[in-house]
Amino acid sequence: MAELITYREAVSEGIAREMRRDSRVVCLGEDIGAAEGVFKTTTGLFTEFGPERVWDTPISEQAIVGAALGAAMTGMRPVAEIMFSDFIACCYDYLANEIPKMRYMTGGQVTVPLVIRTANGGGLGFGAQHSQAVENWVFTVPGLKIAAPSTPADVVGLMASAIRSDDPVVFFEHKGLLASKGEPAPEEHVVPLGEASVVRSGNDVTVVALASTVPTALSAAEQLIAEDISVEVIDLRCLVPLDVKTVLSSVERTSHLILVEENPYQGGWGATVASIVADEGFELLDAPIRRVAAECVPIPFADALEDEVIPTVEKVVEAVRRLSAF
Amino acid sequence: MTVSEDTSITVDAGRLLEWYEQMALIRQTEKAAYDLFMSGLVKGTTHLAAGHEAVAVGASAALREDDYVFATYRGHHHAIARGATPAECLAELMSKATGLCKAKGGSMHLTKADRGMLGSYAIVGSHLPIAAGAAWSAKLRGTEQVAVAFFGDGATNIGAFHETLNMAAVWKLPVLFVCENNLYMEYTPISAVTAVAHPAADRAGAYGLPAEIIDGNDVIKVHDTMEAAVSRAREGDGPTVIEALTYRHYGHSRSDPAKYRPTDEVEHWMQRDPLLVAREKLTSLGVDQGEIDAADARAGEIVKGAIQEAKDAPYPDPATALIDVWADGGAAWRN
Repeated sequence: MAELITYREAVSEGIAREMRRDSRVVCLGEDIGAAEGVFKTTTGLFTEFGPERVWDTPISEQAIVGAALGAAMTGMRPVAEIMFSDFIACCYDYLANEIPKMRYMTGGQVTVPLVIRTANGGGLGFGAQHSQAVENWVFTVPGLKIAAPSTPADVVGLMASAIRSDDPVVFFEHKGLLASKGEPAPEEHVVPLGEASVVRSGNDVTVVALASTVPTALSAAEQLIAEDISVEVIDLRCLVPLDVKTVLSSVERTSHLILVEENPYQGGWGATVASIVADEGFELLDAPIRRVAAECVPIPFADALEDEVIPTVEKVVEAVRRLSAF
Repeated sequence: MTVSEDTSITVDAGRLLEWYEQMALIRQTEKAAYDLFMSGLVKGTTHLAAGHEAVAVGASAALREDDYVFATYRGHHHAIARGATPAECLAELMSKATGLCKAKGGSMHLTKADRGMLGSYAIVGSHLPIAAGAAWSAKLRGTEQVAVAFFGDGATNIGAFHETLNMAAVWKLPVLFVCENNLYMEYTPISAVTAVAHPAADRAGAYGLPAEIIDGNDVIKVHDTMEAAVSRAREGDGPTVIEALTYRHYGHSRSDPAKYRPTDEVEHWMQRDPLLVAREKLTSLGVDQGEIDAADARAGEIVKGAIQEAKDAPYPDPATALIDVWADGGAAWRN
């Protein structure tokens, strides 16, 4: 068995693989070059590809993603880094008004093959402005694809698809997973955008998760064996395109659905998934759809407080237990 | 920063007459847009560029066909200067399928990508980094293309303006920042809300960039200034900020009669109408009145034909609302 690699290493590996195969792929962002990224997710890129393809930018989020858009429209495949996903708010004009609309509002005259990578999520005690799971900020705007991998191999495989995509992709790297380890990605590993993965089979309850909530859901499923509850865990991997079919076909067998989201309940992605299942899979359900999402408060600092707000194994275990007893 | 007072004529009569005709074409297209709006055939809003023609035509004349232009929601003049026809512009304004953007963009988003006119942007200042990105791309690809961002005076108080000037200066990008300073951000004088007298040029020094303040109603001056700046950019010497002083002939947008502008100021600028300025120069170069009138007449014929063509064009098939979100032509966000 090959040596395990970290999620963090997989990010650099995924980008490097694409930079080797396509000279149009260039990176830009704050501290990504010589410093190799504040999360060390661009390790080795500056050394291998040089300052011509790995650009250190000023702290100018609008200029970073705006320049990525201009480069994408004119023949490059830029990969822009927004250091913490909370900072998407600093350049939200580009995610809300520019990037997703360029192709459509020009009647299809331009394409926008760019990737915005960003470190997302909580659990590390960074406080309210550096801990948010903001995939729902992006999910609310039509015209952006969204990937959020949970394993090192998926990081590499989805990075390949994101960079090769002719559409804009926002790529969420979860801060809480950076040190986690997994199987390395095989050569030429490509995971298509919009294909969920059934990461654990089960018969009683379907738990749909994304990024950090995948290991949370898997741990919960493991604990529930003792209570003779069989949990199926689906890793959505992408929010756009959304793989509804995999969710519905699982619910067809389990008739019970729980959505585990790190973004707030208020406006979280689970609400959209729940509405689709309620609409198209109502007759498959034997119980209400439940959502385990972050509380609708800012993310607090102390561990004891943060655990109270974001999804935990205990919260998922409790939700599954109650739903299977419904 | 330099303020140029040079009034010599540096082009020949034939070229200037060509530019005059392009300016006349823009002027008459804008007049048509206004009339069509008033008669209810253009919905939404329009931001007319009548008065700004010399900036677009003079700048465009200094560019290569493969250079990139980024404009604002007041951008009809840039689309036409880069080769969009009045017919495809008016059709877009009139929500017709034959419009530049297949009726998905409207007046504020005219785009002609195959002529390097990479969009009109309706969020003030948003396109400055995008233009810098196109310039970065040209630099990476080694094509010696340049990118030009045209923007209004109001955009100079947006964060993206400052972020972009800094980054473009640090990276020595082949991008030109051309401010069409028409003295009003929208309804408010730019001088009332800006800490410096020249909103673009006075900021350039903060980023170590050269700047020029020019008469934006003199098409020759615009051309010559641009030509020098473009040449510097192509040679790898980085961006230039050009502040072109000009004036709108209409209000900010369709509903604005611009009553906030003093009469004597309006009169002063009307005497500096870029078409009048060009006519005077043509006359001094020995071009006779008949030739100039003939250029106006040709522009008039084109616009007349364009109005009819746009009126006759079909509305878009409603089904096209659900295409072209993605590069594959589709709009599917789920399976």
